[in-house]
Amino acid sequence: MSPAVRRALGLAALVALGGLCAWAVAGLPDFGHPRGPYATAAVRASLRHQVNATVGGVTFDVRGIDTLGEELILFCAAIGATLLLRAQRAEGQAQAAVERHEEAREQAPGSLRGLGAALVGPVLVLGAYVLAHGHLTPGGGFQGGIILAAALVLVYAAGQIVALERVRPVDLVEVSEAAGAAAYVLMAVGGLVFAGATMANFLPYGQAGMLLSGGTVPVLNVAVGVEVAGAITLIVTEFLDQALLRRA
Amino acid sequence: MSVAPYLVAVWLLVIGLYGVITSRHLVHLVMCLSVMQASTYVLLLAIGYRTGGMAPIFADIPPGTPVVDPVVQALTLTDVVVEATASAVLLALAVQAHKRFGTADPDRLGELRG
Repeated sequence: MSPAVRRALGLAALVALGGLCAWAVAGLPDFGHPRGPYATAAVRASLRHQVNATVGGVTFDVRGIDTLGEELILFCAAIGATLLLRAQRAEGQAQAAVERHEEAREQAPGSLRGLGAALVGPVLVLGAYVLAHGHLTPGGGFQGGIILAAALVLVYAAGQIVALERVRPVDLVEVSEAAGAAAYVLMAVGGLVFAGATMANFLPYGQAGMLLSGGTVPVLNVAVGVEVAGAITLIVTEFLDQALLRRA
Repeated sequence: MSVAPYLVAVWLLVIGLYGVITSRHLVHLVMCLSVMQASTYVLLLAIGYRTGGMAPIFADIPPGTPVVDPVVQALTLTDVVVEATASAVLLALAVQAHKRFGTADPDRLGELRG
């Protein structure tokens, strides 16, 4: 099919699809006036378990079993992307890539390397803070994990691949990804054992606003954060390795 | 107009799909898919918005204050995570395809096989 014919057919189909969707959304409740009981019910359920940040409460308490599935999607996708990228790495190429990176480091401006190195510490602290306060303020395991992974990308930007090999031995990244996923599954089973239902919130709720409150929610946040940081670091480093391998 | 945010979601879906149909590069195609997914974020958040509602964080507002719907925000979080992971796998596939066929143009991937 020629591009012109495909474009014409596509445009006709998209106009029809857009029209149908516009017709459908015209029947939705007025913007700003949601109906349905779940918003208030979810807020009540979160506050009953002493979780201030109700989005985190919904994610890890009310919909905890869905988040388990989501976490396993992340786990599988990280492994899938890694397998796809590693299949292309030939023996001996890796050493050449490290040497190329060493050359690139010589060329990187000192200001970039200095700024990257200076930001690593504060970004790590920020990531740990967002991770640990997911049940109190906006944030949580997914967001904190991404920030932690960003710190490792900064190490790369600073041109410290030698340091990077020390900071992120691939084994450690893979272990943290698997350990995060396993911890989440264990918490799900813990609910079954101690409270009679999978993903039940079986730890003491504590007092809302304290760091240790919300029962299993902060624990699950940390498990997810460790897994996300591991998975994203794994994916990013595999892509960066590709960039180095293919630069020749 | 009270349905305008929903129409933004429809627009993002349609324009993203147009990009997918006419794409000439695999990385561009994955980015267009991200635009399509953005329409679901807009739709979910728009459905849960309450006029005058606060953010659903009860750290400094008393319980009972009208807030926007936290359920759709949690769904959006799931959506973002799935989108990011799907993009990672698709980009890895794009690297693989480029390596094998020497091109990233989806139209030319098949014809170079022979």
